[in-house]
Amino acid sequence: MKIIVCVKQVPDTSGRVSVKEDGTLDRASMPVITNHDDKTAIEAALRLKDQYGCKVVVVTMGPAAAESMLRDLLAMGADEAYLVSDRAFGGSDTFATSQIVAAAVHRIGVDEDDIVLCGRQAIDGDTAQVGPQIAEKLGLPQITYAASIELADGAVVVRRMLEDGYMTIRAKTPCLITCVKELGTPRYPSVSGILDCFQKPITVLTYEDLKDEPLIEKDTIGLQGSPTNIAKSFTPPLKAAGVMLSGADKDTVADLVARLGAKHVI
Amino acid sequence: MSEFRFENTNPAAFHGVWVYCEQRQGALMSTDLELISEGRKLADELHTELCGVLLGENVADLASELGGYGADKIYVCESPLLKHYTTDAHAKLVCDLAAAYKPEVLLFGATNIGRDLAPRCAARLHTGLCADCTHLDVDVASYVEFLRENSTLDEKGIGEETLHKKFETDLKMTRPAFGGHLMATIVCPRFRPAMATVRPGVMQRAVFDENKAAAVEIVRPDFSLTAEDIGTEVLEVVKAAREMVDLLGADVIVSVGRGIAADVERGVALGQELADVLGGVLGGSRVAIDSGWLSADHQVGQTGKTVHPKLYIALGISGAIQHKAGMQDSDCIIAVNKNPQAPIFEIADYGIAGDLFKVVPLMIEQLRGHKTAKASTART
Ligand SMILES: Cc1cc2nc3c(=O)[nH]c(=O)nc-3n(C[C@H](O)[C@H](O)[C@H](O)COP(=O)(O)OP(=O)(O)OC[C@H]3O[C@@H](n4cnc5c(N)ncnc54)[C@H](O)[C@@H]3O)c2cc1C
Ligand SMILES: Nc1ncnc2c1ncn2[C@@H]1O[C@H](COP(=O)(O)O)[C@@H](O)[C@H]1O
Repeated sequence: MKIIVCVKQVPDTSGRVSVKEDGTLDRASMPVITNHDDKTAIEAALRLKDQYGCKVVVVTMGPAAAESMLRDLLAMGADEAYLVSDRAFGGSDTFATSQIVAAAVHRIGVDEDDIVLCGRQAIDGDTAQVGPQIAEKLGLPQITYAASIELADGAVVVRRMLEDGYMTIRAKTPCLITCVKELGTPRYPSVSGILDCFQKPITVLTYEDLKDEPLIEKDTIGLQGSPTNIAKSFTPPLKAAGVMLSGADKDTVADLVARLGAKHVI
Repeated sequence: MSEFRFENTNPAAFHGVWVYCEQRQGALMSTDLELISEGRKLADELHTELCGVLLGENVADLASELGGYGADKIYVCESPLLKHYTTDAHAKLVCDLAAAYKPEVLLFGATNIGRDLAPRCAARLHTGLCADCTHLDVDVASYVEFLRENSTLDEKGIGEETLHKKFETDLKMTRPAFGGHLMATIVCPRFRPAMATVRPGVMQRAVFDENKAAAVEIVRPDFSLTAEDIGTEVLEVVKAAREMVDLLGADVIVSVGRGIAADVERGVALGQELADVLGGVLGGSRVAIDSGWLSADHQVGQTGKTVHPKLYIALGISGAIQHKAGMQDSDCIIAVNKNPQAPIFEIADYGIAGDLFKVVPLMIEQLRGHKTAKASTART
């Protein structure tokens, strides 16, 4: 049994983000991190490994620099890593990305008792689309928004979160599950993990390696081939400056209440 | 790998705007009404019909409500196999219907279910999907108007002529990206249908029309669905025991953040009391939710709800971009924060730099006084 985890390196949008004159993001100004939900997915996989002794394989599509993320994940306890990387893949939308990642997962091989895990969504696009699209392309049943995963003879039982509650869902393996943070806080790498990670294999898959995979359609990959295009990107106008009231006492609050009353806000 | 085949590279062969109408336990979702209202606008711009897709066990009765908000036609599929939502059953029916009737636009609510189903369908239908849209246009003139009001682009940046030339009949799907730092407009020119999920609470609901409700056409297409089509089994569906807070429907929201950490119990009570005085509800920043001070349905922001109440009061919230992304379109924003440099003040209409534990009790007291005074002037 193995668990294949799809992970992405993303710009850290929680800090200051600068936008270039042409309205695109100044990526160079931002540090990169491993997408939060994907770390949750790794943690979920490692817990299953602790319990059942399965193998954990991580896959990412991204630039060569994503290798450092893969080393970190190997240090956390993953066993093998795949870096899917090629200029031809750059600029892919979720349709194109899922096709390439699905082809890589297919190449790695999905056996009867395997599970594919994704994060719920990646913080750069927040789309939550790549997981279900990989599942469709591989013909696997999917369970999204998983807050707990249990194995029960050849099947998984998953608590699937809804806005107003949850569903408990059972699916036979192989299947694809997307993970939310309730699954657990990601562990830190152990010292031995950090020492071992350089002995573990990272395989690079390029366009050449994947182009004959049945899932690859040559005309829907990369920036050119992606079904969706960005027609325009822009920043919203700044709101007119508000009023900073002076002080923080009774009079300040009286001033506030009077202003709100005058404007019929209250 | 799926057998589904579908020719969709000729946009001229596709007609109609479709909305996937999500129901839970036989009740429509509020996103359905928002999407039907928005879909009406798009269908009018495209001079085409607006159809809903309604799947479930006993759901046909819901069609007239959808009609009342603007739907011309509802495709209804009923089966005991549709009692609970399953990705496989719903994806199969949506895709089979789309292949048979060829809609040019297909919309879903960006709910936990919409975001499960839409990407699965988009992959099968071999088309693009734009996630979590906050604005939709077909008509170039209205899109240009939208850009003039909602972007910092100048006329050259807007490029009206190019828009006409390149995207005249395409659905222009606008959404925040990179945590709200940027807005992006996405198009899907080569394939149909153009697909989008739409953020809950953003699109305006139309005025309900009794005549349209009565006139809605119900179509029951032939469909095939067997137990073998469904790869998952729903063991139970549990609704939260507690009432969810209705952030999207509220006129007033008072939100608390890490600033209440010094005395969480009192901070939450103060926030709630202030909300009560104003007839509003309590919300929170992600910190307040992640720390377990409030349940997840209270979260405002990028990964919570996008709200635009008449009045939003932020107590002890710094105003991180992900929080702002969910509340900056509120009509009036008040911020109380002890750090005068907090970014929340950049978007606040009124700011008070002070300790919320001191300021909020004063606010409660004076707003109560104001309310009593108003009530007595109204009587005289
Ligand atoms: C991918 C991603 C998604 C996110 N999504 C969301 C989201 O949906 N919603 C969201 O809110 N956040 C979200 N965040 C988190 C966001 O970046 C911030 O971390 C969060 O909003 C901060 O919450 P806060 O303002 O309560 O806390 P802080 O940033 O710690 O701010 C606390 C503020 O309280 C003030 N304060 C302290 N004591 C007092 C007092 N006694 N009186 C008055 N003021 C006081 C401080 O001056 C400070 O400004 C997201 C982050 C990421 C990376
Ligand atoms: N480039 C990528 N390489 C590997 N996995 C990815 C990639 N992009 C997205 N994913 C997976 O798909 C999930 C959803 O991403 P998104 O649809 O971009 O929000 C992520 O949490 C990852 O698990």
